[in-house]
Amino acid sequence: MNNQNLNGAPKILVFSTEKISDPAIDLAGLLKVHYPSTVYTINVPCSSAVKTKWILHAFEKGFDGVFIAADGTDCPYGESCSKLTGEIVSVTHERMKEQNIDPARLKMAAICSVCAEAFAKHVKSFTEYLSKEKNTN
Amino acid sequence: MKKKIGVYICHCGNNISDYVDVEKVKDIIAAEDGVAIAKTTMFACADSAQNEIIQDIQDNNLDGLVIASCSPKLHLFTFRNVAERAGLNPYNYVQANIREQTSWAHSDNPKGATEKAIQLVKAALAKVKHSEALALQKIPAVNTVLVIGAGVAGMRSAIELADMGSKVHLIERTHFVGGRTSQWSKLFTTSETGEEIVSRLYYSVLEHDNITLYMGTEVVSNSGSVGNFEVELKKTPRYIDPDCKIEDDTEFENKLQKAIDICPVEVIDEFNFGLTKRKAIYKNFKSEFPECPAIDAANCTKCGDCEKVCDGIKLDQKEEYTTIKVGAIQLCTGFDPYEPKDGEFGYNEIDNVITLQQFKRLIELCPDKLIHKDKEIRNIAYIYCVGSRQVDGDNKYCSRYCCTSAIFTAIHVKDKYKNINNFHLNRGIRTYGKQEILYHQSSSQGDIYLQSFADSPPVVGKNGNTTSIIINDILTADKEIEVEADLVVLVTGMIPRKDNSIGNILKVPYGRDNFFNEIHPKLKPVETVIDGVFISGACQAPLNITETSKSTLSAASKANSLLKSGEIELEPTIAQVKSDICNWCDKCTLACPYDAISKIEHKGKQVAAIIEAKCKGCGMCLPVCPENAIDLIGFSDVEIETMIEALIE
Repeated sequence: MNNQNLNGAPKILVFSTEKISDPAIDLAGLLKVHYPSTVYTINVPCSSAVKTKWILHAFEKGFDGVFIAADGTDCPYGESCSKLTGEIVSVTHERMKEQNIDPARLKMAAICSVCAEAFAKHVKSFTEYLSKEKNTN
Repeated sequence: MKKKIGVYICHCGNNISDYVDVEKVKDIIAAEDGVAIAKTTMFACADSAQNEIIQDIQDNNLDGLVIASCSPKLHLFTFRNVAERAGLNPYNYVQANIREQTSWAHSDNPKGATEKAIQLVKAALAKVKHSEALALQKIPAVNTVLVIGAGVAGMRSAIELADMGSKVHLIERTHFVGGRTSQWSKLFTTSETGEEIVSRLYYSVLEHDNITLYMGTEVVSNSGSVGNFEVELKKTPRYIDPDCKIEDDTEFENKLQKAIDICPVEVIDEFNFGLTKRKAIYKNFKSEFPECPAIDAANCTKCGDCEKVCDGIKLDQKEEYTTIKVGAIQLCTGFDPYEPKDGEFGYNEIDNVITLQQFKRLIELCPDKLIHKDKEIRNIAYIYCVGSRQVDGDNKYCSRYCCTSAIFTAIHVKDKYKNINNFHLNRGIRTYGKQEILYHQSSSQGDIYLQSFADSPPVVGKNGNTTSIIINDILTADKEIEVEADLVVLVTGMIPRKDNSIGNILKVPYGRDNFFNEIHPKLKPVETVIDGVFISGACQAPLNITETSKSTLSAASKANSLLKSGEIELEPTIAQVKSDICNWCDKCTLACPYDAISKIEHKGKQVAAIIEAKCKGCGMCLPVCPENAIDLIGFSDVEIETMIEALIE
């Protein structure tokens, strides 16, 4: 694992979306649904706007994992969002393999505006996975 | 690059500072490059704090502003206005969310929350350093509102919206308007009946040219966004010829009555909360609106007997689907009463235990003597807080209306019938405001109040033909008191609608109480996180009719003010092509769902160009560009990548 944060809990960068998944992450806070404090969010208008370049930059700078909290079928911008976001993940996975980065360090799941519990569950299990990976490396 | 930035860390009372060491965050941020001012503030949104920030910006010629506080969904525009009032471009302001996504999300880990807050503020600082001065873009919006639910909240809102000039589609899932209010008789404070209120509102709705009322109609899907929603509606047949009007035609009314009489199907009558039965062709009371009966599709066997006696009945009517375009949506879908579990205070096990809602209908069904199960009622015991303020159950909230409703009903029942004795077994009476008058009136007329704690509720038991309730009354030094009752009324509160599927279709979030959730109970009390979708009335929280009316008028004002100009201001977040590095490949046009990219000539080559009026700022064109020639304003590579670097520092 290159340039990975080896101290403490794994750091996860979440790309959330302003209208759909970010409200769910806010809702998790409102409901006091706890998740690791090493999960950081940058929000964008739509999950299909996330550039491979940004994801690779996050790994290069030391993030252990990147999670795309996608709009899924709820995307206000159109039905093609799910397909395009899926393609971004596929392309990025290939680039990660080329750079010897475990593709499992990039995850994507559809998080709707009320999916507070689902979001917390995803980032907790992702944290557990990344912790195990860190300990075995 | 901004070099004189002001950073303000908000305590939010204690909401943030209980878990985040705001002084530590401020001290670390103060040492960052480009930070001219770093301060903590008790409430950044308070007028005094806003004025201080404005003064700081002007006195120090600040060129960027960061406020670390609540979610931007709550106060982004408040603080952009602060920047604007100080002469700073509002897009040179960035908000760091250290409440919903930090202090509250990590209230179990204050140290972690503080570390995260520091990184989030550093990321906001990185973003503001590269921010550009921008202007809003505008899109056309339809000044039409879909109001869902034709109870008092929905009808009141529709009338208000129509008066203000908005077109309204008012839809009601059942075949009659009025919702819960039509089930109640005399109401506090005016003594007007539910029927009277509903009929007054119904006629106003009918008279208004701007309102289209759809009965038996519900939303099946929704697409689009604020200003331009496309909503598909499904209309369930009433099975009555729409040209037949009962009010003009006594002969038709007589035929319909024959059809009701001949209908062989009998089902439990939900209108009377199961106290009576009704036919599959039904109408709940004489003046119910619309005045024609309806046929209950779920229970009708289509035997055809009714068609033989009434030619206005059309059992061959089909479901109809239609799509409407609206600029905003208002949810007024109301509540369900709490249904006690079997055995809860003897409910469904002891035959003279009923709910407050059933009791109210029972009073309506008994004109002269109060009779239940063939027995005349004299002693009535009311057990309060059933299904509300639960110690072990999910309903932790107080339903707020039920104390008043029970006391008002107790006064009414004593007024209507002779020799009634009321015993109120409560956990503390909450008749707030003017409703306190009722408590005084009830006490003055001899009602007995007994009170217990939550951990020692009254116990209902049956001895032979006698139903008795035992309570340890804290008002008489915890003395055990036994009340013999002819009727036990469980004062049940409000719960969210059992079928709240509309919330999933519109993606409106629920709160911890499972009612629909507003953005903020004080600052954005009828807005949801879904732009253009508003909530009002008892779908949002337990509210009485007065509070429902205030809430629904507030939502109507919000919807109208959003749409009345015919256009909505949108963020200037649109794509930008770096023409010098674009080598036209067409991938961006294929990705764009809005046809917002055209091909133009630039310095002797073909390149992509953004059509600004069409671009919605989704960013779908960004990742598909093999040359990385497209950026989204506000989300440029430099902004995102410096934020990433700041978060991992």
